[in-house]
Amino acid sequence: MAKLLKKTLGLLVLMMAVFTLTSCGQSSQTNVYQNSKEAKKIVWGVKSDTKLFGLVNIKNGKTEGFDIDIAKAITKKMFGKDAKAEFVATTAKTKVPLLKNNSIDAVAATMTITPERKKILDFTKPYFGAGQSILVKKGSSIKGINDLNKKGTQVMAVKGTTAVDNIHKYAPKAKVLELDDYAQAFSALKSGQGIAMTTDNGILFGIAKENPNYQVVGGAFTNEPYGLAVDKGQTEMRDHMNKALDEIKADGTYTKLVKKWFGSIPGFDLKEAEE
Amino acid sequence: MIHVLVNNWQVFLSGFFNTVLCSILALFFSLVIGSGFAIMETFQNKFLSGFARAYIELFRNIPLLVITMFFYVVFPQYFFTISGFAAGTIGLTLYTSSFIAETVRAGIQSIDIGQMEGARSNGLTYWQAMKNIILPQAFVLVIPPLGNQFVNLIKNSSVLAFVAGFDLMYQGDSLASQTFDTINTYLVVGVLYLIITLPLSYYMKHLENKLS
Repeated sequence: MAKLLKKTLGLLVLMMAVFTLTSCGQSSQTNVYQNSKEAKKIVWGVKSDTKLFGLVNIKNGKTEGFDIDIAKAITKKMFGKDAKAEFVATTAKTKVPLLKNNSIDAVAATMTITPERKKILDFTKPYFGAGQSILVKKGSSIKGINDLNKKGTQVMAVKGTTAVDNIHKYAPKAKVLELDDYAQAFSALKSGQGIAMTTDNGILFGIAKENPNYQVVGGAFTNEPYGLAVDKGQTEMRDHMNKALDEIKADGTYTKLVKKWFGSIPGFDLKEAEE
Repeated sequence: MIHVLVNNWQVFLSGFFNTVLCSILALFFSLVIGSGFAIMETFQNKFLSGFARAYIELFRNIPLLVITMFFYVVFPQYFFTISGFAAGTIGLTLYTSSFIAETVRAGIQSIDIGQMEGARSNGLTYWQAMKNIILPQAFVLVIPPLGNQFVNLIKNSSVLAFVAGFDLMYQGDSLASQTFDTINTYLVVGVLYLIITLPLSYYMKHLENKLS
């Protein structure tokens, strides 16, 4: 048995050494703006499971949503009419790693600008005024965030979103069940794994629109505008994206897109959304 | 890598505990259920052996994630709610039991028929012969593949991460997405899995040498 233990320990130490060595390797940074300009193409990390923002249309396989349209408009403003916007499906969990390893150039995926994220990414100005809200089954006794602050309350959220931290802050007694994406979180809500689902209001309104038995309650209890993100240090890319964002706001494209996606959502305040 | 572990050791510890607990539960029940179905499959009765065959083929050929999701999302809509941890453990048990059944059945069938005939002609009942003569020999034979199944089971327990089962992988996911220190977090998770699986692998090897 002693020999066994020694062998195991030895192997573990070896593994650790190898892992530590591999984790030291860091790729050198490239200039994303110059590369994109040459290729006339921006690869965007977007959502593929989020109604209204980025959802794959099952009929034609294309991703559609507000984020997608904004990304397309910005790509064209930056590199001309024939520039291409390519889309890669990401989740809250994968978008930062994908940016870091250069698989995508920029992110337009319902990403809230937070101080922690600012440490590792560069954000543009806000392009959508989101705030966190709660989705419950119609007739539920939950009327707002304060009703969730009870022991034994289980709330669904998506891994890697700011919603997880916010629930810890605003309803510390509630237990958060973190799931992989919005579809799964909503399935879990339908199966009664918890009594509410929480994330940004825009996303919840999108779910409620498709599922009339569920409603958004209590209004937004946080103010968390979305920004477009690039890897830390890609300031040239970020500055040009900001300029393009200003331009589409000035020429009315932006307002048109907000109306297109959110104009027909009952209970949604367009003024809240526009930044 | 060490700092990630030091700063968040409570999180990792609770995940580690849940992974071990789930693995032990699933290991025990899948061994019992699997062996049961293995014996059932060797029965003369066509109906019973057919039933065992159907069970094994069903759970062996559906992805583990689908079985687990079924218990987490679909099952509660018709019956009652079961937690992510329970759904994951049930999924893991059913899935692994089908593989264990196949392994144990192969073991039983590789024991010469003369063993059973000899035991029966010496006055043992079918069950006595199975319990005292056939199964002990069969299990010695299948220890190596069984060890594989056990290691697979522990690794597969990461399926709990998808149904909020608060296991090691779930805590790692959650931590990685909060701290953005993806590489180091998953390295710690990997090493913690090794701490469970390596001793088990060695123990099965040890057992194999001892019994052969």
